[in-house]
Amino acid sequence: MTKDTLLLSFIVLLIPMASFLINIFFGNKLGRKSGIVGTFILGIDLALAIVAAYNKLFVFSEEPVIQTRIEWFNLGTVNFDIGIGIDNIATIMLVVVTLISFLVHLFSTVYMKGDRRYPTYFAYLGLFTFSMLGIVITNNFLLMYIFWELVGISSYLLIGFWYEKGSAANAGKKAFITNRIGDLGFFIGIMILFFTYNSFMFDDIFSGIASGKMPFNNPTMLTVTGICIFMGAIGKSAQFPLHVWLPDAMEGPTPVSALIHAATMVAAGVYLVTKVFVMFTADALTFIALTGAITAFMSASIALVQRDFKKILAFSTISQLGYMIMSLGVGGYTNGFFHLVTHAWFKAALFLTAGSVIYAMHESIHHKNDHHTDAQDIYNMGGLRKTMPWTYLTFMIATFALSGIPFTSGFLSKDGILAGTLAYANLTGGWHWVIPVLGYLAAGMTAFYMFRLTILAFHGEHKTEIARNTKENKLPILFPLVLLACLSFWFVYSSNPFEASEGWFQEKVVQPVSVVPETSQWKFLLPEMAEGQAHNQGDNPENSDVVQASPENTYLNRFHEESHHFHYLAMGISLFMAALGIMLAFMMYKFKIINAGKLEVRFKFLHSFLYNRWYFDELYQATAIVGTLALSKSLSWFDTYIVDGLVNLSSYIIRFVSRLTGLFDNYVIDGAVNMASTFTGYCGSKIRKLQTGKVQAYIVFMLLGILTMIYFFV
Amino acid sequence: MQGAINFPILTLITFLPALGILIILLIPSGKDKEAIDLSKKTIKWVSLGITFIQLILAAIIYVFYNSAKTGINDINTFQFVEKVNWIHANLPLIGNIDIDYFLGIDGISVPMLLLTTIICFVAILPSFKITKAVKGYFAMYLLLDLGMVGVFCALDFFLFYVFWELMLLPMYFLIGIWGGPRKEYAAIKFFIYTLVGSVLMLLVMIGLFQSVGTFNILDMMDPANFKAGAILSGSATTLRYAAFLALFIGFAIKVPLFPFHTWLPDAHVEAPTPISVILAGVLLKMGAYGMIRIAFPIFPEAFGYFQSLIAWIGMISILYGALCALGQHRVGKRDLKKLIAYSSISHMGLVMLGLSSMRPEGMVGAIFQMFNHGTITAMLFMIVGVIYDRAHTRGLDDFGGLAKKMPVYTGIMAIAFFAAIGLPGLSGFISEVLVFLGAFKTFPVLTAVSVLSIILGAGYMLWALQKIFFGELPNKWKGPWDPTGIEYKTDDINGLELTALIPLAVIIIFLGIYPNPMIDLISGSVNHFIDLMKPFVFIGGL
Repeated sequence: MTKDTLLLSFIVLLIPMASFLINIFFGNKLGRKSGIVGTFILGIDLALAIVAAYNKLFVFSEEPVIQTRIEWFNLGTVNFDIGIGIDNIATIMLVVVTLISFLVHLFSTVYMKGDRRYPTYFAYLGLFTFSMLGIVITNNFLLMYIFWELVGISSYLLIGFWYEKGSAANAGKKAFITNRIGDLGFFIGIMILFFTYNSFMFDDIFSGIASGKMPFNNPTMLTVTGICIFMGAIGKSAQFPLHVWLPDAMEGPTPVSALIHAATMVAAGVYLVTKVFVMFTADALTFIALTGAITAFMSASIALVQRDFKKILAFSTISQLGYMIMSLGVGGYTNGFFHLVTHAWFKAALFLTAGSVIYAMHESIHHKNDHHTDAQDIYNMGGLRKTMPWTYLTFMIATFALSGIPFTSGFLSKDGILAGTLAYANLTGGWHWVIPVLGYLAAGMTAFYMFRLTILAFHGEHKTEIARNTKENKLPILFPLVLLACLSFWFVYSSNPFEASEGWFQEKVVQPVSVVPETSQWKFLLPEMAEGQAHNQGDNPENSDVVQASPENTYLNRFHEESHHFHYLAMGISLFMAALGIMLAFMMYKFKIINAGKLEVRFKFLHSFLYNRWYFDELYQATAIVGTLALSKSLSWFDTYIVDGLVNLSSYIIRFVSRLTGLFDNYVIDGAVNMASTFTGYCGSKIRKLQTGKVQAYIVFMLLGILTMIYFFV
Repeated sequence: MQGAINFPILTLITFLPALGILIILLIPSGKDKEAIDLSKKTIKWVSLGITFIQLILAAIIYVFYNSAKTGINDINTFQFVEKVNWIHANLPLIGNIDIDYFLGIDGISVPMLLLTTIICFVAILPSFKITKAVKGYFAMYLLLDLGMVGVFCALDFFLFYVFWELMLLPMYFLIGIWGGPRKEYAAIKFFIYTLVGSVLMLLVMIGLFQSVGTFNILDMMDPANFKAGAILSGSATTLRYAAFLALFIGFAIKVPLFPFHTWLPDAHVEAPTPISVILAGVLLKMGAYGMIRIAFPIFPEAFGYFQSLIAWIGMISILYGALCALGQHRVGKRDLKKLIAYSSISHMGLVMLGLSSMRPEGMVGAIFQMFNHGTITAMLFMIVGVIYDRAHTRGLDDFGGLAKKMPVYTGIMAIAFFAAIGLPGLSGFISEVLVFLGAFKTFPVLTAVSVLSIILGAGYMLWALQKIFFGELPNKWKGPWDPTGIEYKTDDINGLELTALIPLAVIIIFLGIYPNPMIDLISGSVNHFIDLMKPFVFIGGL
């Protein structure tokens, strides 16, 4: 039953939440057992996810998407529907997320064993897994945004897990706020869509677009909306120019970096673009492609000169995410998602090997009671090949995959992406050629910095006593490494190591047909069918999961065809670039034919430009952060002294006026009253003097009076 | 009276605190120490009991409330109505004055009634720490409670005004006597500022009475009831615009909206914890409630005329409040309470933006936001109270690393902080999103700019969180809070404080996941309200 599979994936979503609740409320009682409990729960989750994925991919494969919708709440006139749905990419992601989460849980039981807040750590991992799975199985923007934010907060909690360290707390905050900048755009995009189509459901929105209804009745606004939605991906997938948070996020525990900041959360942006791929216009796709290409190139160049083991891997992650985004932008839907999956395994493997190395270095440092050596600086390592053979072996396999060396999964996916960029540039022409150029430069640099890292950290002599005393780790750490390394080989995806399209993956993940009106999308992405038929496809984009090629034409569209033509050329250039990078790395760091130190001095400006990450942090500090703080400080000042000042001023004025009134009352009104009485008193006192009490005087006055009267009247 | 409730429950819930005051005043203060303690204790428990019964009554009202009856301007669909003639006089020159004792509730007042009773109940618990003039404090507290509940039940403008003024006085004393160092300044500022608003309201009330001949708010909403040629008769006259503005400013002071907000940070900083809780939790809602109940529906065409202005004020308040919270450039210490006060201005600006949209999403969001802001901010202020009681400071720079010392407290704090920044799964998110979605339909550009507040909000809240909880614990707090171990036995939050905080946290989480109970309550009345306003307002394209 299809509904059962959907229910199963819903259970897969809920199980990690149980892990969160158990560990947050009973963590203290469980103590050290909480790690095992968490790992066990995730193990069950993984098993169920595999069943769900198998069912969807192979049993119900003719059904493009199994989904459901329910009303969350309604406002009488407006409904808020939500729902979950699984299509092929969602079920593949379910397995990716649960498997890596399970391995990271297992790895962490050893890695975090000394930590004071051990249960809390596993609780957060559970919360993260829950939120990430939510992103995977949603079929609407509302739930997508909700889980998007929840992923953000769990990432915040895990980056800042060691909050006593100021740098960790800062990094968490930086990650959250930078992500929120992307979310701002994402949310505005959602508002535009809800405004236009009165729904959050992908289906409603896509069919709305297909029916020709445009936001603000303007096709350009569809591009704007697409870019707004893509801003969410820029933030979460650490694309230029919001990539600055990811290197700092390495402050979190290393297994967390593997799970969140390499394999899953940062891929959420790519996943989002994949999910809503059909609604991007040609202009929006160009914007996406260019963003991805710039990101891939920029961060690869930064990774060339970094010293910190994890930072190198972080920049490599950004660069690879750029690849995926670029691939989606040029129209290479399948390869973009393919790279997401292959990258998830080998990058998780790389981070976990980094964790293994750092853990061993820490143990060694701890042994020596040394508090100065940086356990993550590759210039303190060297020769780890001998002390940690299993870690070295798995690291090498993953490095090969990342560098795009044949017989690895990375080779298959990267090759497809680069062929796609060539096809794209050839079909569109002009300045679009810059995209494959940036892509290939990044490929060369990737091979270089990965082998630089390998040589410095694992080869040669031990650079420090600490590196000499490192020991290989135990099974819970090694098992995830080995499993992930195995998943980085070609046979997982395709029987032919040079042809991904022969494998199950590319068969299951088929590019959907865009719902965007023909005038706003690339001609070469239109289905290769009789004119007019293309329109009918738009009504139900998910239908196109099933290949519907006409007999004389096996290609989905022109782009697909062109990519095939470029396939071997792309492979050739790609191998050449990788070989060049590896050769340079060996010449500089192994055989010392080229003196790296001298180069550094000679190109000092370039080196510090790269080492300081193109000065993006400084730029943002000097502009956005200082600007916002200055604005807020001046508004605060304005509030205190002007707005409140006016309030106080009005009270002063009233008090002043009332004092004047008081004075007036005291001296003028009351003065007049007093004057009247004083006058009366005065008169009285003067007249009183006449009242002498002497009879003689009275007689004299009386006589005078009589005389006066006689004078007048007679 | 409606349905199953056959007694005047609204009168009961409103005047129950009066009974409480009477009991409190009759409790003898006692002579020796033991008797005094007993008396204080009794007073506290009586107050708790009264507010608890009030809460139960509110729950009964909620259960028997029928959300299909939507109220707004129709007396027949108001519920639990009580209407008795109160003052009847025939005065020379003025003529007949009929003032009704007229109570009734609809979907806009019920959430506020619930909020008031919840907040008044939980704020009693931190009040237990009051030691100065206990009898006076709790009497004032209950009087305040009475005024607030009355405002949300009254449907007669005169009665409304009486309750409105009634609550002003106890607030003045509660800040002025039990407040912080600058309490006199803050109290008088609050009092006079609010009084200015009251005067404006009074003027309009008299004008409306002259024109309609009654104080019945519902009658005032019907243009047919206005006497021909009276001062506020007609439509879209200058006088009606002026009257609307006067009412708007009167209520805006209470909300408070920029630029009438400066009393709020002072009042919050100086007020004792429970009073801050009530101030932010309930009092601020009265301004917005007054607008919905009185100003907008009585002067719909004036609202339509000033609609964009109101949206602008909403947007400015949102961003201004958030930036000021981020700035915190006040002379002296950076105060956590002040930060939350400014965040309140920002969040209440959101309410205004939602109301100005006249869309169901926006208005339901706005009223829901009023409720959520009440519970979330109440939590925040209580949380600040917890730490202030122990450390006797709230300076943001005085702390650090408290997460290690007080883990449970940190967890509770995190819920409140994350709710305040609109994290999904917590109630603030739903109302915020609804407001933005609705406002975007009417004012797309203004709303898109307002959404910036989600970044600023995260900025100041996470900054405060980091300042207080993360990093290293300063040396002076390394020891126990209370070395004697009498007042605070453990470092972490105690049971009494948790009792006050956990119900709020539960409400916030529950409504974040399942908002239907509240939304069903509100949406019927809101749709009715919008139908009433529709001919006069702008609701945007498409």
